[in-house]
Amino acid sequence: MAKPKVATTSLAGCFGCHMSILDIDERILKLVELIEFNKSPIDDIKVFTERCAIGLIEGGCANEENVRVLQDFRRNCDILISVGECAICGGIPAMRNMIPLKECLDEAYLNGPTVYNPSGKIPDDKEIPLLLNKVYPAHEVVKIDYHLQGCPPPADTIWEALVALLTDKPVALPYELIKYD
Amino acid sequence: MSKNLQTTVKGICQSCGNDRGRMMDIVRAVQEQFGCVSNEALDLIASQVNCHRVEVESVVSFYAFLSTRPKGQVVIRLCDDIIDRFNGLEPVAETFQKELGINFGQTTSDGKITLEKTPCIGMCDQAPACMVNDEIVTYLSTDKAKEIVTGLKKDLNVKKLVHKYGDGNNANDLVKSMVHNNVRQKGEVIFGDHIAEEGLKKALAMTPQEVIRDMKTARLRGRGGAGFPTGMKWEFTRAADATGKKRYVVCNADEGEPGTFKDRVLLTEKADMLFEGMTIGGYAIGAEAGILYLRAEYAYLRAFLEDALNKRRKNNLLGNNILGKAGFNFDIRIQMGAGAYICGEETSLLSSCEGLRGDPKNRPPFPAQQGYLAAPTTVNNVETFCCASRIMEKGAGWFASLGSKGSPGTKLLSVSGDCHNPGVYEVPFGIKLSDLLNMVGANGAQAVQVGGPSGSMVGPSDYGRTICYDDLATGGSIMVFGPERNILEIVDYFMDFFIEESCGYCTPCRVGNVLLKQKLEDIMHGRGEPSDLTYLENLGQTVKIASRCGLGQTSPNPILTTLKNFRGLYEALVKQGEPGMLPTFNLEEAVTQAAHIAGHGPMKHH
Repeated sequence: MAKPKVATTSLAGCFGCHMSILDIDERILKLVELIEFNKSPIDDIKVFTERCAIGLIEGGCANEENVRVLQDFRRNCDILISVGECAICGGIPAMRNMIPLKECLDEAYLNGPTVYNPSGKIPDDKEIPLLLNKVYPAHEVVKIDYHLQGCPPPADTIWEALVALLTDKPVALPYELIKYD
Repeated sequence: MSKNLQTTVKGICQSCGNDRGRMMDIVRAVQEQFGCVSNEALDLIASQVNCHRVEVESVVSFYAFLSTRPKGQVVIRLCDDIIDRFNGLEPVAETFQKELGINFGQTTSDGKITLEKTPCIGMCDQAPACMVNDEIVTYLSTDKAKEIVTGLKKDLNVKKLVHKYGDGNNANDLVKSMVHNNVRQKGEVIFGDHIAEEGLKKALAMTPQEVIRDMKTARLRGRGGAGFPTGMKWEFTRAADATGKKRYVVCNADEGEPGTFKDRVLLTEKADMLFEGMTIGGYAIGAEAGILYLRAEYAYLRAFLEDALNKRRKNNLLGNNILGKAGFNFDIRIQMGAGAYICGEETSLLSSCEGLRGDPKNRPPFPAQQGYLAAPTTVNNVETFCCASRIMEKGAGWFASLGSKGSPGTKLLSVSGDCHNPGVYEVPFGIKLSDLLNMVGANGAQAVQVGGPSGSMVGPSDYGRTICYDDLATGGSIMVFGPERNILEIVDYFMDFFIEESCGYCTPCRVGNVLLKQKLEDIMHGRGEPSDLTYLENLGQTVKIASRCGLGQTSPNPILTTLKNFRGLYEALVKQGEPGMLPTFNLEEAVTQAAHIAGHGPMKHH
């Protein structure tokens, strides 16, 4: 039987959750025995080549490209997991949700104390994805099956959850793995 | 001014015995005097009654009729009930805003008039209506709204707004109100021939246990909506351990369930029957004190009711050794509310009587064991006490022979909405809904809300059902909706109401109702999919099961009963989109600001 496929992506995140995936250390050897990575920054596959069993989503949606990637994941994965604070709640990027987008861009490109921008223009190239009015958590854009909390979730948490899913066992995360104070 | 505040607040506190338990009376009096309970007043009250400032502030911030910021000398509170909305509230509201030059929630620049909206004030049969301070103005029109504003601008005396008095005691010197009773149908129990105080005399000739036995034989059940057997409640209260404490009789006249106004008519026309019933209750459970908790919206009846109590004291119907019965001492005081629906829930009502926020209490212990001031307390509805008085007068067997098998007696119904004859109907329990609709002139009704927002919305296929505790239970509210009404708009309004009135103590109610409303609005705006109906059902059940008091335990009912009885309306609005995608997310809408800034739309899909 072919190994189940796993895809991962970092949307509006900091790649910290991906670092945490890599933090499973030598268990990554066991992981590749269990699975095969498809679209993911880990193997640099850019587009889905096969249907995947699991998609790991880091980060929320801050721009239209994030939305398209997330929708693409939903179409190509059986199970989607929101990994970490940004995918679940919007996280740090969502701090801008209190401020109108125009003010954010003005501060970033026109008024900020360290800005050097002689053109006085806010970048508007058609190749740049448009920002969303606010940052959305993943589950407000597509249906998400599971959430793994943490910033980032510890490697052990990700490992235990993945193994349980892949071996069709109930996810039993001990208290230490989901306690954050 | 500050000196004046100091002496006045001190005086108010002293007149209440500097008793922290009388906080409601204290803050109400301060509000009335100064148009607010200012920060300075909060401090003064706290030091005077020896409690923390936050305890005073938590009370003031809880009730809609109290405020820390100054309100105008006259506050116009426009009733924002769904019935009022369907009776032309909108143009009236606009006229008020235009004539006063302010929006709702604002005060005129001269500090004279404040304009507000408030939930049901118990005048649905004469909607739209408003309160101008304690005065009620009914059958509002744009002309009448103009007239009110013009009148107030000349003279802030609100009594001058009333030109023609209503019927019965509404015209009494102590009431002088334009409110109408609109009693459309008289039945045998409440509006039958009645010999005043006969019931009390008979009760006092019996032992308290015999009185309770008669309540049980009559199978009287609570008229407020929950339908708990009254005799059993009285027995529990009598049997509860009251060592070192007194027992209390409390009458729930916080008639806040939208669409209910029958207690208002009872308080106006049958005050003595009510007080007689409370006195019988006091005798039965062994209480010396009774409290009538009167909702703030009915403050215009207060002087009249106080007068009725005074007359009873003079006639030895209250006080010591009542009617010569040695050792039976009983008196009643009126506790005013301050605008909170939740206080109609009995444990919240008791919190309010104790001078606290109207938060519900944990049960058990039930009020019968530990109620007002932790003493055994029986809390009954106005109509229940009236029934008790009549059972004593005419006998338990007579009462039990009326109505239906499981629900003896008659029921007062407050009928409003799309019918020819809105008003109060006394009907025997077990009446068919279709017969009632005929009686009130509501043929062709699309839906009937039985029991107010916390009850059920039923459609024509249920019109053969009967009004009684075992089928369609109601505390008295019957709202009729004609074929032109949008049912989901009504449901949406009811959810708004519950969100506003939730005390916020427990999460299922505070958060759950908001989530329910959000999903409902998604569906109404075409952003719903079939699975959302299951979501609404599941979440609604969770809120019902997990909430702490009756508010949250019934607040999902507008959604749950319409999902059951009007499912087609929902199904017509939901559609299955692409699997896995949320219909509530719309990329075009989500990038409007950025598209405007960049001067171009989103990228074409590659």
